[in-house]
Amino acid sequence: MRARSLIAGAAALALLATPGMAEKKKKEAEPSPAVKAAREFNKDPYPSTYKPYPGEATALVGATVFDGAGGRIDNGTVLFADGKVVAVGGADLAIPANYRRIDAAGKFVTPGIIDIHSHLGDYPSPSVDAHSDGNEATAPTTPDVWAEHSIWPQDPGFSRALANGGITALQILPGSANLVGGRSVTLKNVYARTIQGMKFPGAPYGLKMACGENPKRVYGSKGRMPSTRMGNMAVNRATWIKAKEYKAKRDAGKLESRDLAMESMAGVLDGEILIQNHCYRADEMALVLDMAKEFGYKVTAFHHATEAYKIGDLLKASGTCSAIWADWWGFKMESYDGIPENAGILYKTGACVVIHSDDENGIQRLNQEAAKAQGDARRAGIDIPDAEVIRWLTLNPATAMGIDKQTGSLAAGKMADVVLWNGNPLSVYSRPDKVWVDGALLFDAADRKRRPVSDFELGQVGEGDVK
Amino acid sequence: MSLRRTLLGAAALIAFATPAVAQDVAITNATVVIGDGSAPIQNGTVVLRGGKVVAAGAGVAVPAGVRTIDAGGKWVTPGLVVAVTDIGLFDVEAVNESNDSDSKSPFNAALDLSPAINPLAQHIAVSRAGGVTRAAVAPIGTGAIFGGQGAIIDLASDGQPITQARAFQYVELGEAGARAAGGSRAAAHAVLRNAFMEARELARRGGGQGADPRLQDAAPERPGDALLTRFDAAALVPVVTGRQPLYVRAERAADIRMALALKADFPALKLVIVGASEGWMVARELAAAGVPVLAKPLNDLPASFEQLAATQSNVGRMAAAGVRVGLGAFGDQPRYAPQYAGNLVSLTRVPGASGLTWGQAFAAISSVPAAILGMDSRFGSLKPGLAGDVVIWDGDPLETTSGAVQVFIDGVEQSLENHQTKLRDRYKVPTEGALPKAYDW
Repeated sequence: MRARSLIAGAAALALLATPGMAEKKKKEAEPSPAVKAAREFNKDPYPSTYKPYPGEATALVGATVFDGAGGRIDNGTVLFADGKVVAVGGADLAIPANYRRIDAAGKFVTPGIIDIHSHLGDYPSPSVDAHSDGNEATAPTTPDVWAEHSIWPQDPGFSRALANGGITALQILPGSANLVGGRSVTLKNVYARTIQGMKFPGAPYGLKMACGENPKRVYGSKGRMPSTRMGNMAVNRATWIKAKEYKAKRDAGKLESRDLAMESMAGVLDGEILIQNHCYRADEMALVLDMAKEFGYKVTAFHHATEAYKIGDLLKASGTCSAIWADWWGFKMESYDGIPENAGILYKTGACVVIHSDDENGIQRLNQEAAKAQGDARRAGIDIPDAEVIRWLTLNPATAMGIDKQTGSLAAGKMADVVLWNGNPLSVYSRPDKVWVDGALLFDAADRKRRPVSDFELGQVGEGDVK
Repeated sequence: MSLRRTLLGAAALIAFATPAVAQDVAITNATVVIGDGSAPIQNGTVVLRGGKVVAAGAGVAVPAGVRTIDAGGKWVTPGLVVAVTDIGLFDVEAVNESNDSDSKSPFNAALDLSPAINPLAQHIAVSRAGGVTRAAVAPIGTGAIFGGQGAIIDLASDGQPITQARAFQYVELGEAGARAAGGSRAAAHAVLRNAFMEARELARRGGGQGADPRLQDAAPERPGDALLTRFDAAALVPVVTGRQPLYVRAERAADIRMALALKADFPALKLVIVGASEGWMVARELAAAGVPVLAKPLNDLPASFEQLAATQSNVGRMAAAGVRVGLGAFGDQPRYAPQYAGNLVSLTRVPGASGLTWGQAFAAISSVPAAILGMDSRFGSLKPGLAGDVVIWDGDPLETTSGAVQVFIDGVEQSLENHQTKLRDRYKVPTEGALPKAYDW
């Protein structure tokens, strides 16, 4: 198999070297199998096999509802059935007779929480070397690798994210050792035997890029480019130049062979694959925004972005989200200017805020991270309503992941990804009471069997314990 | 010009380095938290005089002539105590040049961390602004099972952080200890027991007895097969004789049991277990042995094979079994202590989970770690006579949206300004004004 593809590659190279126009024309008339494959490849070779689990038609009655889009309804009603949100309204919303009615007075309802930056599965627990599958740190750009080919669907972390964090969808990214780290994948937070069984149907791919210290450290220490920030930019630009050439050739119908790396890069230039760019410093983000203009692509989100507050105006203008922690800072040089008011200042500037975790513990408390950012903003004189803060964990990440038409807010017709909280989710004292994914009840604090246990934990001391 | 600048600079430095004087203060109209596990007191008053708490609670009279702060219903608590952290050992963790927490020294048990602590590190200033007033600083990663001797510090801005140097010895058992000792827990226990026997022998010959046992001039002979350096052996004399506590990092239930078993051979050991992710499985043994725990508060993942039973209910279960548990060793920012404590309260509302009452949870980040450090007669609660370490919060201190608004250490009101607050003020409006941002300070 491998030998055959090598031969096909060699044939294509020989063809490129052929000078005669007649020869070339003849070949174009009858494309070889390799050329055909390059031009007509399957963009979804590992398709989602996720199917929603069955659920009851449900009415959540009397709760405070944060709809994820900035709306708040006190004493609200949320109806869902057949996996979809049916209606969201006040106490006067009629409840059809066949709905299971859950008294949610004193409780809160939000859309399922979404983490735009997770390494569950590609850096799973237990965190042993044999599980370290998040960085293909063997070349500075690896747009050809796909995170979904690394993810271990039995990571116990998925269960904690569901039960404690109310996480219903998450983007798993490659790590940040590389300038271009590879494709991300978006998952439903529902255990499956295969990764295909967890893939969020119809979610676009992301492409992970990274600025700054990590790529230059990793490759500089191997004695190769990049070893500096200017080296980072040079390798990035060379890669985009190649991608533009690849795309031009492809658009002219002149591709001779497949190139997995360039297919990912061209997918970005086509607007089909979203750039998720790890970047801490404001000056570097500004350079990346210009690089995106130079080559004609969009940076969908900067991740970590500890200095985003310094350039909120630029980020607003480019329509780029900042996916940030509430208050991580000072653990590495490029995080030294992180401040807890990052989210608040971005919000006030009118830029898009997403709270992310990048952490198997933080993903269990994204709601609390958002609340911390809200409190720090308030002390800085920036008052942000609860319902807007919830948007940082729901509709905003959904938008930056390209799944906002399907989930991220409680609107009729959207996926019934819903969390019932036992109190205000922006309070440290609140926890998920029940979590539905596509209308299926997949966590219930009151039912110890409605709690997922990964294969790894079976027969071990922690099996089925509260977590 | 240059001379004037030098003089001005010198004046500024002197102003900065001179310790501020403790003010007598009465904080009235406050929700007062004593920190001893009791419930908050409404409409309370806290009085500080001469740098100490003189009274706290309801019905406390305000002495005449002292500065009065009307808290307007805000919360007043003792300062937070974070036991076993590495703040002060680095400016930026991943900037190796600034990081003193990872020693490749030929010495191990003898290492005294107090000279390595930088009281002006931004992490200390940021933690102080988060209401943390005292900490126990221990090395987190070393090349040997012994991390050295941790220090108890205050987080005041006076540049003199040491409350007690060489307050405890820190040892890694479990996976980290096994790797450091050569790849096996068996090796770690052999290293540990051999070290204790050498220290005991040295003590028997009269060594290691001074205030800093490492520095004893008269050097008793030691047997020829000694493996420890003289300095390390002397440093362990206070441990085997029970004068200095031994903090043992252990996560796996079996590792905790093996640590407790050390007392059979070295009965004077004063053990504290650090980490204890599976502590709930041996909670009765810990309670019976009277060995306290500084627990990682919310570990609930099988992050390693020594934490397979980790659950957020760990602390609650240990406390219910009678173990004295403080929160600590969480590795990230000390200012997260209240959030972690608040989470333990939230567990009391989760069916089947174990948590702490509000009072217990606050005590777990104030008086309990202070007591474990042996410092409960110095700080950790608002009992009369204790240090005037007091924080005023703009809401329930365990709530994520709340923050510290005024901090006193030894009765001295602290500046809460730091690198972060200055950046915040500079960039509240991101765009430049009449001059570049660099002129806005």
